[in-house]
Amino acid sequence: MTSPVANLSTDPATEIRARALWIRRRSFQMVYEAQQGHPGGDFSAADILATLYFGVMHYDPKVPTDPQRDRFVMSKGHCTGAFYSVLAAAGYFPEADLKTYMEPLSLLNGHPNRNYLPGVETNTGPLGHGLPVATGIAIAGQIDRADFRTFVLTGDGELQEGSNWEAALTAGHRRLENLTLIVDRNRLQQGARTEDTASLDPLDDKWRAFGWHVEMVDGHDHQQLLDVLSASPKGRGKPLCVIANTVKGNGVSFMHDNVSWHHGVPNKEQYEQAMRELV
Amino acid sequence: MSAVAPKADGFFDCRDSFAATIEALAEADPRIVTVVSDSVGSSKLSDFRTKFPDRMVNVGIAEQTLVAVGAGLANGGKVPFVSAASCFVTGRAMEQVKADIAYSNVNVKLIGQSSGVAYGELGPTHHSIEDLAWLRLFNNLKLIVPADPWQTAEAIRAAAAYDGPVFVRVSRMAVPALERPSDARFEIGKSETLIEGRDITIIANGTMVHRAVAAAKTLAAEGTSARVINMATVNPLDDAAIAAAIETGAIVTVEEHSVRGGLGGAIAEVVASTNPVPMRIMGFPGFVPTGSAEWLFDNYGLNEAGIVEAARQTIARKK
Repeated sequence: MTSPVANLSTDPATEIRARALWIRRRSFQMVYEAQQGHPGGDFSAADILATLYFGVMHYDPKVPTDPQRDRFVMSKGHCTGAFYSVLAAAGYFPEADLKTYMEPLSLLNGHPNRNYLPGVETNTGPLGHGLPVATGIAIAGQIDRADFRTFVLTGDGELQEGSNWEAALTAGHRRLENLTLIVDRNRLQQGARTEDTASLDPLDDKWRAFGWHVEMVDGHDHQQLLDVLSASPKGRGKPLCVIANTVKGNGVSFMHDNVSWHHGVPNKEQYEQAMRELV
Repeated sequence: MSAVAPKADGFFDCRDSFAATIEALAEADPRIVTVVSDSVGSSKLSDFRTKFPDRMVNVGIAEQTLVAVGAGLANGGKVPFVSAASCFVTGRAMEQVKADIAYSNVNVKLIGQSSGVAYGELGPTHHSIEDLAWLRLFNNLKLIVPADPWQTAEAIRAAAAYDGPVFVRVSRMAVPALERPSDARFEIGKSETLIEGRDITIIANGTMVHRAVAAAKTLAAEGTSARVINMATVNPLDDAAIAAAIETGAIVTVEEHSVRGGLGGAIAEVVASTNPVPMRIMGFPGFVPTGSAEWLFDNYGLNEAGIVEAARQTIARKK
């Protein structure tokens, strides 16, 4: 099993940059057409998703339940614009299906459903569900001494859910080196800054205290993401937490670090301006 | 019957039957694992841990992660049996049961131990008389309430064989082995008629079944022909058996659960939507006062005499 990046002639970071730009453009089109979605979080996560699917993970979209596949759990399940875009780009389903986003009877529900779409490992949407499930997947791999890795992407506000810290204890206790958590640290939750709501800093110390290895990266720097995510976990003896410092709405000037774009939707002028900027 | 030895008085703890069955299944199927939240002893899984130390996942006292890890293990190809006190594996982790297990439709078996009022004097925080009402709303989650050691073993085997989410409600209350034909079989969604009858049907499950059988024998002695159905599966219900019960003209349901939304509520939905007949739902009214489980059963008429009286009153309402 190989990831699509193996077929590319360009260097990985250049290809990932192009994929991330496409994810931003395509997801914003989805949100514009559906007049629903979470584009701010789509944009903060776009580079992380592009790096995972086009530079790090091993999977075959034609065999989506291959027991040896690397798993990705989208814990911030509200950011389906970016998630569905990357799944389509990776070949799990036709890009044309993205047009149905949130339409009646669409398989592209506002939050992902594994029974609707290949490539979705577990149904998410309520926050704090992804890491505990991913921990269970990683335990299965640990029991079987399997080589697959499990990745999970959470928001940062989402870490206010206590279920994450239950799972953090278990993953740290079991030294799940095959488990990687990426925190989309855009510092904005639905209505305010995380640090003005229920502060998370020092976030790295919290994960270290739970027995995790921590890396801090610029979540929009593809090379930094590639370096920490593609490094072999063998022998680390700890689960990995990558705190990806990101910007909500990254890529579009009027959305940049603007909380109103958590679930804001663009009008025609805003959509056209964003498309002019996303090049 | 079960290989589990009865206690001296001929009564069984169905947790022993659960434990013996899961150990036997695990011997034959390497995919089977258990998941616990510091609930090894209370689940009677100490021997399982000794035999399969790498196949028991103890997440600590963390029920949300308990249930979610079960979902993750199923993703990784395991057949997880997630076992903890019923009050906690349901109420404390309800959203994980909803989203990670039922809505995700994964192959996880939830085992609610020491259900009902088994914890007696410890009080309503530890009672689990709401679990069936909560779980019944997840339409694809199979719900099984075994009545004795044989049926507990059969329910665990059926859960393992079924590819999808199942909840099995296991009791720690002592129950006798029910009398059955030697060719008796258990099937998810199928009830069993333990006593035939024409005048009324008593539908029970779990620890209430043997009490219903005793009540029917008393009623027979006074000339009333009471059918007794063991409705071990609450989801899906055995609609054919309910339709036949309606033809007896009166129904009493008995369960170690709240009268709101459990077995009785489920059957009432069917009865009210088809051909209504007089019904009586027996169970607990809600939070109960301090008392042992047996005292609580007696206080709320969940015994032979109480079922007999409820049957008489319900027959009297027949037109």
